[in-house]
Amino acid sequence: MDTVKLTIDNKQVEVKAGTTIYQAAKDAGIDIPVLCYMNLHDMGIENKPAGCRICVVEVEGRKNLAPSCSTPCQDGMEVKTNTVRVLNARKTVLEFILSDHPKDCLICPKSGDCELQDLAIKLGIRNIPGEDIAEVSTYRLDTSPSIIRDLDKCIMCRRCETMCNDIQTVGALSAINRGFRAVVAPAFEQNLEHSSCTYCGQCVAVCPTGALTEADHTNEVLRHLANPAKTVVVQTAPAVRAALGEEFSMRPGTLVTGKMVAALRQLGFDYVFDTDFAADLTIMEEGTELLRRLSAHIDGDKNVKLPILTSCCPGWVNFFETYFPDLKDIPSSARSPQQMFGTIAKTYFAGKKNIKREDMVVVSVMPCLAKKYECQREEFSSNGNPDVDLSISTRELAAFIRQANIDFRSLGEESFDNPLGESSGAGVIFGTTGGVIEAAVRTAYEMYTGKTLERVDFEELRGMEGVREASIDFDGLELNIGIAHGLGNARKLLDDIRSGKSKYHAIEIMACPGGCIGGGGQPRHHGKSEILKARASALYLEDRNKAIRKSHENPFIRELYSSFLGRPNSGKAHNLLHTGYFDKKKKIIVKQ
Amino acid sequence: MSSIKIELRKQDIEKIREIAASFGNDEQELINVLHKCQEHFGYLPAEVQEVISEALQVPLAKIYGVVTFYSFFTMTPKGQNPVSICMGTACYVRGAEKVLEEFKKELEIEVGQTTDDGRFSLSSLRCVGACGLAPVVMVGDKTYGRVAPDDVKDILKEYS
Repeated sequence: MDTVKLTIDNKQVEVKAGTTIYQAAKDAGIDIPVLCYMNLHDMGIENKPAGCRICVVEVEGRKNLAPSCSTPCQDGMEVKTNTVRVLNARKTVLEFILSDHPKDCLICPKSGDCELQDLAIKLGIRNIPGEDIAEVSTYRLDTSPSIIRDLDKCIMCRRCETMCNDIQTVGALSAINRGFRAVVAPAFEQNLEHSSCTYCGQCVAVCPTGALTEADHTNEVLRHLANPAKTVVVQTAPAVRAALGEEFSMRPGTLVTGKMVAALRQLGFDYVFDTDFAADLTIMEEGTELLRRLSAHIDGDKNVKLPILTSCCPGWVNFFETYFPDLKDIPSSARSPQQMFGTIAKTYFAGKKNIKREDMVVVSVMPCLAKKYECQREEFSSNGNPDVDLSISTRELAAFIRQANIDFRSLGEESFDNPLGESSGAGVIFGTTGGVIEAAVRTAYEMYTGKTLERVDFEELRGMEGVREASIDFDGLELNIGIAHGLGNARKLLDDIRSGKSKYHAIEIMACPGGCIGGGGQPRHHGKSEILKARASALYLEDRNKAIRKSHENPFIRELYSSFLGRPNSGKAHNLLHTGYFDKKKKIIVKQ
Repeated sequence: MSSIKIELRKQDIEKIREIAASFGNDEQELINVLHKCQEHFGYLPAEVQEVISEALQVPLAKIYGVVTFYSFFTMTPKGQNPVSICMGTACYVRGAEKVLEEFKKELEIEVGQTTDDGRFSLSSLRCVGACGLAPVVMVGDKTYGRVAPDDVKDILKEYS
């Protein structure tokens, strides 16, 4: 391995050739502030336009300051990261950026979690020279069901563009215009709603300012909670419990399931249920569908298409409806756990409790922004009444808890209500890449072979590689499984299916890098991929600690089938728990 | 953003695909494809960009980004009489800006726009190589030298 030796702030360092000054400094424990730069290195995600110039350093013998994020180390370099010249330059650069940025931090949704604000504090900005004469760029506010674009706050770091194009291959966002008018926008400056956006929310997850935020629904939830005529039911997705603690300065990977339940009760929800229950239900429906299609395929039925694709992820559903509408028969017809929960709550549970559908409000807490759009889809409503009324993100729940003055860290541990609060370990791991297919394998194996599965942990399905594969022995039948997380990785598997090259029987796809734990509604990882790994470990830990680890052994799921649904894939189950997909290619509006 | 709505005819779509194919449908050739299409259609309306997007498999947003980045590309059709005012150094110091302002006022359009009746469009350019005549205005292929703001009305009258 070629290495180079250099000094950074008089410290001798030796690094692999090609390493940037920024990375070398970081490895040596020297912090250089960055703004546009972002790197989740072990996930292959990097944004390095070298545009903001906050990370400049002085290199001995060079006339100009060098952007450390994109300047490779060279042998014998002498780098200074904190000279007066460097500090002044950084300050001036930031003052320029701020001269074209609104100063409404007090009421900005990103306040307190804003990298630009943090930097202004760190660099001690107290006034902005020329502020009174500087022109300020303004843009039309774009509101969509999931994402709000307030481009007045865009600093052209282009992280969103990298996520949307290079990682997700969605291509809804691009830099447009030039110079002062340059901004990131969909084609023809249309609203996101009329673009190819999938609402995966990865742009929001990486935006360093308040330019991209989620559509905030906490006030509407509050309005329902304050209405005594409404029974307000809440469901929490698996990935939320593995990340919510971070919002209250807890170590990444801390499981806060019990505290979360306690907080939701204090907020006034009438029933605190678990989306994990619906995840178990999804496995019953999706697993049965998989086996049905698999058996037909083995029997030589040419009308049955394989592989079957998971359909829990609404960003992913939007993606294939927009880009692969020709493959819309392939994904499982099973609705997502969020939607299964909503329909069961408003039929089975409402019936049990004698609550009229219109008097029940179902709120979901999701790590996801696409869920906001999903619950507004017309097919998931009955006479105009949605199965899930409102979806809020993990971040919105945290904000809600803070507003209610609840001391989250000192809350005791409480348990979910029943009957929709009990789940198996299989339901828990839905929140991480590989988890849905592992949960499906645990149940499908026993359904298919009639034998008890002794080894429940499928390490071969876990990990953070973007595309993974494994073969699972179903008592003589080799089940070929593919896994992809991140839509760019999903596209690779879909291209193979389209060209008839796919060798898989079943494929799990999650739109976000890492799966739901890295969702667009989660506490921000600020480019630290170890946070995502800690969240995944937390979910596997909760799975291990569960008494029941297979979805079909969940007693409340059994009860639901015996007293209400009949059997998996029954006519009633089909009506309530399955859906169809649409060709969304046409939604992209070319002209105004 | 252009508000002009057009319906591409079948042969227009085929022409765009042909141009894209002549560059091997290679996304790296986007700018060349855009040049050729603009040469053919006179401008690059949204509908043309959409066909290019499909042919080259480049996201529409990226194409729009390129079209809006380079000032040569336009999404607005040129008027029957394209008016160009030279803003090169010689013309500029001899008052081209005032001439431009007068054209804007008379035509009630900005640079890069076309009048509602489609008769005039306005653009600025850099040096036509006739610095001795500064400030220079071109209408179509015809060159006007030593133009003063007071001449603008008379120039436009020639085309009405």
